Amino acid sequence: MPIFEVNGRQYEVDEDGFLQDPSIWNEEVAKDFATTEGVTELTDKHWKVIHYLRNYYLQFGIAPMIRKLCKETGFKLNEIYELFPSGPAKGACKLAGLPKPTGCV
Amino acid sequence: MSETVPKPDELVQIDYRPPVRDWMHTPVQFRRGTFCYAAAPKNLKYLEMPNPRDWQPMDEDWKLPENWREIILEGMRERLEKFRSFRLFMDICVRCGACADKCHFYIGSGDPKNMPVLRAELLRSVYRRYFTLAGRLAPKLAGARDLTVDVLKEWFYYFYQCTECRRCSVFCPYGIDTAEVTMLARELLNLVGCNINWAIEPVANCFRTGNHLGVQPHGFKDSIEFAVDELEDLTGVRVEVPIMKKGAEVLFIMPSADYFASPHYYTLLGYLLLFHHVGLDYTVSAYASEGGNFGLFTSHEMIKRLNDKMYREARRLKVKYLIGGECGHMWRVIHQYMDTMNGPADFLEVPVSPVTGTRFEHAASTKMIHICEFTADLIRHGKLKLDPSRNDHWKVTFHDSCNPARAMGLLEEPRYILRNVARHFYEMPENTIREQTFCCGSGSGLGTDENLEMRLRGGLPRANAVKYVRDRFGVNLLTCICAIDKATLPPLLDYWVPGVEVAGVHELVGNALVMEGEKPRTTDLRGQPLASIQPPEVTHA
Repeated sequence: MPIFEVNGRQYEVDEDGFLQDPSIWNEEVAKDFATTEGVTELTDKHWKVIHYLRNYYLQFGIAPMIRKLCKETGFKLNEIYELFPSGPAKGACKLAGLPKPTGCV
Repeated sequence: MSETVPKPDELVQIDYRPPVRDWMHTPVQFRRGTFCYAAAPKNLKYLEMPNPRDWQPMDEDWKLPENWREIILEGMRERLEKFRSFRLFMDICVRCGACADKCHFYIGSGDPKNMPVLRAELLRSVYRRYFTLAGRLAPKLAGARDLTVDVLKEWFYYFYQCTECRRCSVFCPYGIDTAEVTMLARELLNLVGCNINWAIEPVANCFRTGNHLGVQPHGFKDSIEFAVDELEDLTGVRVEVPIMKKGAEVLFIMPSADYFASPHYYTLLGYLLLFHHVGLDYTVSAYASEGGNFGLFTSHEMIKRLNDKMYREARRLKVKYLIGGECGHMWRVIHQYMDTMNGPADFLEVPVSPVTGTRFEHAASTKMIHICEFTADLIRHGKLKLDPSRNDHWKVTFHDSCNPARAMGLLEEPRYILRNVARHFYEMPENTIREQTFCCGSGSGLGTDENLEMRLRGGLPRANAVKYVRDRFGVNLLTCICAIDKATLPPLLDYWVPGVEVAGVHELVGNALVMEGEKPRTTDLRGQPLASIQPPEVTHA
């Protein structure tokens, strides 16, 4: 299992660099993982997306529909890409400590 | 888009010269960007599949069971007895080469082992060595070779570089179903735990929560309710979507990506408007919440189990028949395997459209019709009120998704629908559509990001055909009827043919449907403003 090391901390991640154990997530984890996603500073906009994803995940065990994420955070899909260059599933979910969705997505 | 992927003008420089040494002596190289990651042990454990462990294809040691060779050979022997087609496909190929340049992966990579004939030869050579007299006595003369770890690695690399699209089979004078060769090779690889996560995790999730994505029942309900609310915002019409309603006439099953991803989601909106428009008595299910059958990429056993799940739910809910959504691979299972694998669905009724009275005799055994069949029939009988000018902002072409096209012959219905719901429809060149359609390059579980370079290579022929209609007619929308297409064609087109979007056929149906009691529509289902009030001339090519 790959280990991601940053700021003196170690995280078990999958091959794509997603946190293996979503339950250990906290805001510090999001900051640490931001470095891998080309996000230099986490602004209020970033946190809005991250916290929305995180709360949805805690309730439903998975990421929300992309359309729902956009509507409920008020960001258009291209704005989410501006915030998280790898996009909602691969970028934002990674910072929020969610597992990567699989299937026809 | 990954930084490691070369630029389009570099990637398109494809070297078709074969390697200097003959194929048996050209070892496989696991180059990043051209293979998929191994299945995570937790998923194999969940499915009680063999040899769960941490490993990756680029590792030197694949942590195979000690007797892996015996397991594979015994697996081959068993399957040669069980499937007459398998032995036939191993024996009858005359290496005429008709298939060689028909594979999108060969066209896009230039690697001779992506010629379907040679891909199958990777397995045939081992078959000859252990299961034919000539191969046992004179392996070199018979084109036979020993099964070694290197051969196994080669199998993994190339049988997970085939999307089971069956374009090559269209051209085989013997009718060899090359997808079945890949399916059997993968089934053998699965016996020793050599499988890919993008195929196995969806299968595990499907049994765990009902769908590939792992959406649980309350999440399913939440997503459907969100769609209902949004439809009301967009159209002013509130539709009802019964979940697990016993005694409904129809159980509707869609791919889970339709209630999760974009642009799939807009297709879901289209389905919901359509059903409301004709007052269909239907239900969806959080248990049978997946049309996709990734068993097709895993093993026959898994195909059967996943297919059974849908019918079990139909029986439990006491529906009359099923309608399936814009799903790709499931239709191969329904049309070509289910009848002998699971047996006819005798406990259901032959589908009859409650709106038109059409009896769908071709589904007399499976009791499941494709949503495009249902919709085309409605249009044919004048049962839909349509305003195709609402799709005037789109210049549309249609990508025949491999399995609906080649495995069930669904060629006319989607086109018939599109010509009725949109006014600018253009076909791609004829050797790239219908039964000769080119794959998206990401089917059969290969649509994952670590495999992006190979997907872009495999998708090149399709993208090239899209480029033709974009440049010639100004096409800006590629429609399709498969969830993998909807997920993987957008990045493919962004890379090769920027400016062309991807949508499901029923998204355009939803745009065009004039609903009773609707408010004046100013946007399409994506929330984009409609083209104009004054519709321009109709153009069809």
